[in-house]
Amino acid sequence: MAAGSAAPTSGEYIVHHLTHLNSTGHAQKSVIDWTVINIDTMFYSIVLGLATVFVLWLAARKATSGVPGRFQAAVEILVDMVSEQAKGIIHSAESRKFVSPLALTVFVWIFFMNAMDLLPVDLLPRIGEMFGIHYQRVVGTADLNAALGMSIGVLLVCIYYNIKIKGLGGWIHELFTAPFGSHPLLYPINFVMQMIEFVAKTVSHGMRLFGNMYAGELVFMLIALLGGTATVFGFVGHIIAGSIWAIFHILIITLQAFIFMMLTLVYVGQAHEAH
Amino acid sequence: MNLNATLFAQLVVFFILAWFTMQFVWPPIVKALDERAKKIADGLAAAERGKQDLELATKRSTDALREGKEKAAELIANAEKRGAQLIEEAKLSAKTEADRIVAGAKAEIEQEAVRAKEQLREQVSALVVKGAEQILRREINAQAHSDILATIKQDL
Repeated sequence: MAAGSAAPTSGEYIVHHLTHLNSTGHAQKSVIDWTVINIDTMFYSIVLGLATVFVLWLAARKATSGVPGRFQAAVEILVDMVSEQAKGIIHSAESRKFVSPLALTVFVWIFFMNAMDLLPVDLLPRIGEMFGIHYQRVVGTADLNAALGMSIGVLLVCIYYNIKIKGLGGWIHELFTAPFGSHPLLYPINFVMQMIEFVAKTVSHGMRLFGNMYAGELVFMLIALLGGTATVFGFVGHIIAGSIWAIFHILIITLQAFIFMMLTLVYVGQAHEAH
Repeated sequence: MNLNATLFAQLVVFFILAWFTMQFVWPPIVKALDERAKKIADGLAAAERGKQDLELATKRSTDALREGKEKAAELIANAEKRGAQLIEEAKLSAKTEADRIVAGAKAEIEQEAVRAKEQLREQVSALVVKGAEQILRREINAQAHSDILATIKQDL
């Protein structure tokens, strides 16, 4: 489209930017198609995931109890922050051994993926186009698959700890007797409520991140369109709106990463508590 | 917003990254943090101990100083007393010695005087006797009046 002779219309521009580079080579037709995989999301999330663990590993490799350098201190502040939050929410030290690092990874990884939003919206897609890649979305968390994939990961962790702490029988018992109480008539209602709770938690967990980042990305595109009008108003508007939104977005990307991490801890913490 | 297999791939990546962090990142950093916290706690405790030691040492040194001063003052006082005593003793002995010398000299003078008197007496008596002898030679025998002469000699 964009490579064509005519300049794209606004609609075409947006649609083009919201189309994933996937394994089919064209936009996905049906809403759900498990045979398709988004190459761009996978590429950026894996690269940024590796960057996350690499940065953390760099700090961990040289971690000493002596006077820390700036980099080590920065990572330590992060680790300490996550560690303190985890201590307040999850009371089992054994569980924290896995859940705290998980929360740290989630926080840094999502922060990195969100931060891709701050790159100019056309930069990487344009570079990709030079190499013949016509569709590209660079913000991993603005792909519902990525956000839901992570929230489902958290759900699996929750189920794991539910079974580990309460035992399989204990957990199933809880599924049928909480929240309303142990009475045969209440069993189905309890079970339905529990299912709704799990689904709602997981979907809202993933959707919240996705929605924020998707909306943010869209606003950046609209601002880019404003600049694309090539008028004085459009140019000045682009600069002002783009600056304001990018500065505001610094808050959003950090906040969303933090919220995702905190909810991960809260949900896993809930899995430890009997109703 | 379409759902596809990316979701499962992301799920797997999620766990791999979490596992990596749990295995290689979290433990060394947390260990370093705990060790540093312990070091700081130890350091603070050591500082506290050092402060107490210093306080103790200061007190001890003050005590030692005061004790030393007292001892020095006592020594000086003793020395002064002893000095005064020595002077006193020296004065006393000097006076005694002087008295003794004066007494000796006096006795000698007296003796000398007595001796001079004796000599004088003898010379005078000899002169008298000689005079009398010369007077009497003409009239009396010296031997006949020797007892009178002796008596005169005795009285002189």
